[in-house]
Amino acid sequence: LSFFRLGPGAGQDVGRSCILVSIAGKNVMLDCGMHMGYNDDRRFPDFSYITQNGRLTDFLDCVIISHFHLDHCGALPYFSEMVGYDGPIYMTHPTKAICPILLEDYRKITVDKKGETNFFTSQMIKDCMKKVVAVHLHQTVQVDEELEIKAYYAGHVLGAAMFQIKAGCESVVYTGDYNMTPDRHLGAAWIDKCRPDLLISESTYATTIRDSKRCRERDFLKKVHETVERGGKVLIPVFALGRAQELCILLETFWERMNLKAPIYFSTGLTEKANHYYKLFITWTNQKIRKTFVQRNMFEFKHIKAFDRAFADNPGPMVVFATPGMLHAGQSLQIFRKWAGNEKNMVIMPGYCVQGTVGHKILSGQRKLEMEGRQILEVKMQVEYMSFSAHADAKGIMQLIRQAEPRNVLLVHGEAKKMEFLKQKIEQEFHVNCYMPANGETTTIFTNPSIPVDISLGLLKRETAIGLLPDVKKPKLMHGTLIMKDNSFRLVSPEQALKELGLAEHQLRFTCRVHIQDPRKEHETVLRVYNHLKGVLKDYSVQHLPDGSITVESILIQATAHSEDQGTKVLLVSWTYQDEELGSYLTSLLKKGLPQGTS
Amino acid sequence: FFQYCLSGHPTLPCNVLKFKSTTIMLDCGLDMTSTLNFLPLPLVQSPRLSKLPGWVLKDGSTFLDKELKECSGHVFVDSVPEFCLPETELLDLSTVDVILISNYHCMMALPYITEYTGFTGTVYATEPTVQIGRLLMEELVNSIERVPKAQSASMWKNKEVQRLLPAPLKDAVEVSMWRKCYTMPEVNAALSKIQLVGYSQKIELFGAVQVTPLSSGYALGSSNWIIQSHYEKVSYVSGSSLLTTHPQPMDQASLKNSDVLILTGLTQIPTANPDGMVGEFCNNLAITVRNGGNVLVPCYPSGVIYDLLECLYQFIDSAGLSNVPFYFISPVANSSLEFSQIFAEWLCHNKQTKVYLPEPPFPHAELIQTNKLKHYPSIHGDFSNDFKQPCVVFTGHPSLRFGDVVHFMELWGKSSLNTVIFTEPDFSYLDALAPYQPLAMKCVYCPIDTRLNFIQVSKLLKEVQPLHVVCPEQYTQPPPTQSHRTDLMIDCQPPPMSYRRAEVLTLPYKRRYEKIEIMPELADSLVPLEIKPGISLATVSAVLHTKDNKHVLQLPPKPPQPPASKKRKRVSDDVPECKPLKPLLSGSIPVDQFVQALEKHGFSDVKVEDTAKGHIVLLQEAETLIQIEEDSTHIICDNDEPLRVKLRDLVLKFLQKF
Repeated sequence: LSFFRLGPGAGQDVGRSCILVSIAGKNVMLDCGMHMGYNDDRRFPDFSYITQNGRLTDFLDCVIISHFHLDHCGALPYFSEMVGYDGPIYMTHPTKAICPILLEDYRKITVDKKGETNFFTSQMIKDCMKKVVAVHLHQTVQVDEELEIKAYYAGHVLGAAMFQIKAGCESVVYTGDYNMTPDRHLGAAWIDKCRPDLLISESTYATTIRDSKRCRERDFLKKVHETVERGGKVLIPVFALGRAQELCILLETFWERMNLKAPIYFSTGLTEKANHYYKLFITWTNQKIRKTFVQRNMFEFKHIKAFDRAFADNPGPMVVFATPGMLHAGQSLQIFRKWAGNEKNMVIMPGYCVQGTVGHKILSGQRKLEMEGRQILEVKMQVEYMSFSAHADAKGIMQLIRQAEPRNVLLVHGEAKKMEFLKQKIEQEFHVNCYMPANGETTTIFTNPSIPVDISLGLLKRETAIGLLPDVKKPKLMHGTLIMKDNSFRLVSPEQALKELGLAEHQLRFTCRVHIQDPRKEHETVLRVYNHLKGVLKDYSVQHLPDGSITVESILIQATAHSEDQGTKVLLVSWTYQDEELGSYLTSLLKKGLPQGTS
Repeated sequence: FFQYCLSGHPTLPCNVLKFKSTTIMLDCGLDMTSTLNFLPLPLVQSPRLSKLPGWVLKDGSTFLDKELKECSGHVFVDSVPEFCLPETELLDLSTVDVILISNYHCMMALPYITEYTGFTGTVYATEPTVQIGRLLMEELVNSIERVPKAQSASMWKNKEVQRLLPAPLKDAVEVSMWRKCYTMPEVNAALSKIQLVGYSQKIELFGAVQVTPLSSGYALGSSNWIIQSHYEKVSYVSGSSLLTTHPQPMDQASLKNSDVLILTGLTQIPTANPDGMVGEFCNNLAITVRNGGNVLVPCYPSGVIYDLLECLYQFIDSAGLSNVPFYFISPVANSSLEFSQIFAEWLCHNKQTKVYLPEPPFPHAELIQTNKLKHYPSIHGDFSNDFKQPCVVFTGHPSLRFGDVVHFMELWGKSSLNTVIFTEPDFSYLDALAPYQPLAMKCVYCPIDTRLNFIQVSKLLKEVQPLHVVCPEQYTQPPPTQSHRTDLMIDCQPPPMSYRRAEVLTLPYKRRYEKIEIMPELADSLVPLEIKPGISLATVSAVLHTKDNKHVLQLPPKPPQPPASKKRKRVSDDVPECKPLKPLLSGSIPVDQFVQALEKHGFSDVKVEDTAKGHIVLLQEAETLIQIEEDSTHIICDNDEPLRVKLRDLVLKFLQKF
């Protein structure tokens, strides 16, 4: 099993995800994200690593998209339509539904507003989505004869999934982004004890053990409430789908409980649509919402109204959810510019911001921003950061490792220093290898799989039947012949192997003459030998046959008088090669003579 | 492999499969046709039904007149309706490990099985099956419980008494097995034992068997099941459809290469074309309403009703019915309509595409929004205020024995302007109507059964080619009423094995192999030998570990180190008997080369004699004789172990070991 990454990929950077895995001769690309912090060629992954050797479609067996965030799927139309890939792309139903909307939205901002060329078109998004195959949770999708994939619930956002990829005897689990604690609208990620050879886990919050969610929520509500009370405006930059719904539910219930009147708006465009998706894909939300949706659909908000551009200049307090979430373009940035100068106002960043975005700048303390046209924007409004992104924290990552029991762990999508800390923790606690390759670095992991073969039922039954008798717990030694023919492996009994190959058995037999001093008559000698053997060989079947011979298991002993010496008897001990040990033992035993006093 | 057949109803099956070491129940359908023998349960006191005369035996004895009533020439049991359960005595149902459910109609007996038999296993079903199955059960319990009936008749069930009754009561089977409806707590307990599964999900049972649900195309979440181990595959086909209605299409390809295919749940109306029936339904509905009459559609709260509403959605405007109210009355009407919209992943492609827009997949959302379709939990409450005639009412139960439908039959039965249209195929409409006769109301029979017909079955079987087909006996002969229609039976080679209620079948299957894993260390130690071109052999001596029905071969433990004398015994106790067995030998000994070898090893007096079958090699001084034949070698010597071992090893050099 070897494992590569496309440069600049998801390694020690939260910029975007795009990972290439080679497993048992199959090549699978995991996610195809774009980098929000760049506006040039660097925003898309560099596929020349593959294309220098041929077409993407020939090289890749399939592409898997874990969820609809653009840092995981934003480069997909570029990849499939502009670089050129015609193979299957797998994602869950909600991701398939929502992904094209976000891509189109992103395209509009980039091309229509910023006027960039050399970008994918609406038609390309549509053509790209035609290559998508939707998968159910837990469905085993047979990509081809050898390669299969299976999706697990990941929490994080609607439709997010972890994927298990299996080829031959080897398997990899890729988590995408996930969340191990249920929240107001999504459930927790779950995976069974699938014991993959490798677990590729995101590690956005590698070191954080986040304080209780309830505290964070209370803090958030308090800040919003205080600002609104003093007549300020609150801007919450969000992505249309995901945390937005979580925070909407939070504010909606708070407004209801506190009987607040200040308006809450959700920026235009995606709002209605977004909530529709949540209603139609309610089976992907958490148990509570699913249970009560017939009586009350949590995504039908009473207090949250659609935003109009003109509202931004309205006097008085208000709360606005606006897209996009990192303040890098669009409506949220527009509103931010309008409100930034007033210290009564507040902007709450509920998620991670990529380097290079306005969001990242103000979070790192910058208060004078250079905007387009050399304009300087002074930020006087309060800036708050509150982690509401639904990523697993260190505790969650450890929990997932405990659930899946991987043999190796590989951390991606995080920052080097934090990952190093987590890596040590994982190696200490689980005694598995943990890797954290840098961007563009290739990691190779060797596995030593066991080999499945077909065993003939006859042989297996024979063996288990023997084993069942005295002690079930004792492992049994079995003897068989492995026939290897055209890549098929069959384990059969030696007899059957001979028969199948049309070969005859060659019997090798030994007969030894053992001389014994005994003056008695032949049959008395035989009786003495019989009693002697019976006394010594307690665990064996020793029989005295009517024709005067003795058998020990399948070994035959006959006695004749010596032709010349009446006082000597000759024992003929006869056995086959299969009884070699016992036969050899018997002759040496008899050679020592019979004990005195037996009659 | 055995199959225990607990139900004789071909579309409400209940079979138990003993497959390898697991006991798997396939569906637990509840035969509700038994309720046709009971009087309807009216929601509102019905003077007609309460004044029916008690039934009197021919000899004038009246001891049954409390239990049995005479109504329009038929005799009915005046009691809480009862259902015919699957057989519970044929095998100990507490030994059932898992229950696989194929669709929501085939799980209605689940509470009887999980709550009364000591069942401790797991039930597997898809999410829509469970959700809609719950709605069906809820409606059933609700419509029976809200009309409390003090009386529970049992005297008539006495075998001696039953003999004296008129048909069909006289011929009713297994009446002692009939049971009253379960309660909601029992339903909840039963449903809590279900584990949700998705299509094509592979579920391991005890490491021995793998089961997988496949889309069957019949209803939301309906599935066929594959039950397989590494070497044998049983396909269980139950309630499948090839018509394009709302569910995801049937997965046929995965049924290929089955050793046994169990086929149940075919269409109950093989002669009716579902599309034609829908057309007839719409026409009759339009005619009645135009003439000022009401239309009653007895139906289940989920399933075909979604398709009918969709047809009406396209039909009402063109038919000028835009102002006619459509009512859907059921305690679960709202839930059913809501649930239908959230199972995007289980729908056909067209409907999925709508969800991606995002729009509700079923147009009944729009009918509700525009107030054309209204839904109510029952006739009491809001409905009585909103009720306008003429109208169309969808309500249950299709047996006409309980539920709000009873009220509408009483209300509208006397007018010839009204029409009752039967669309559900589960009950004979004449039997259903019997206690309401004489009726002035028009009755139209448009059974819509989208399940496989015999032409589709034979095409399917040709395509997936199972080695053996197992089916209920009803499918192996033409229907009793159409005995000349030999096309209405399953035709395949070899002929299907048929079963009937309370029968045990032995499924034909011969197993020859099992999967075993060779650990990497052991694999490394093997020495393959090419025996023939392309065929290699390796002898394997290994320790067999068996856990959870999985077999693994490992390197035998190293022989114990020659120990300090005292501890020897204990050590050898711990170590398994691992004296390696001697391999089998094959090949033959070329005498000339053998003699050369002997001479090379210092035997100078070798003499060879020819015999009939081979040769005898004599070592005169050692008084040793070696008989060599094509397939055997016999070494006869004095008790001289070093000599014997030397000769043995010389002989072995010429032979192959297995």
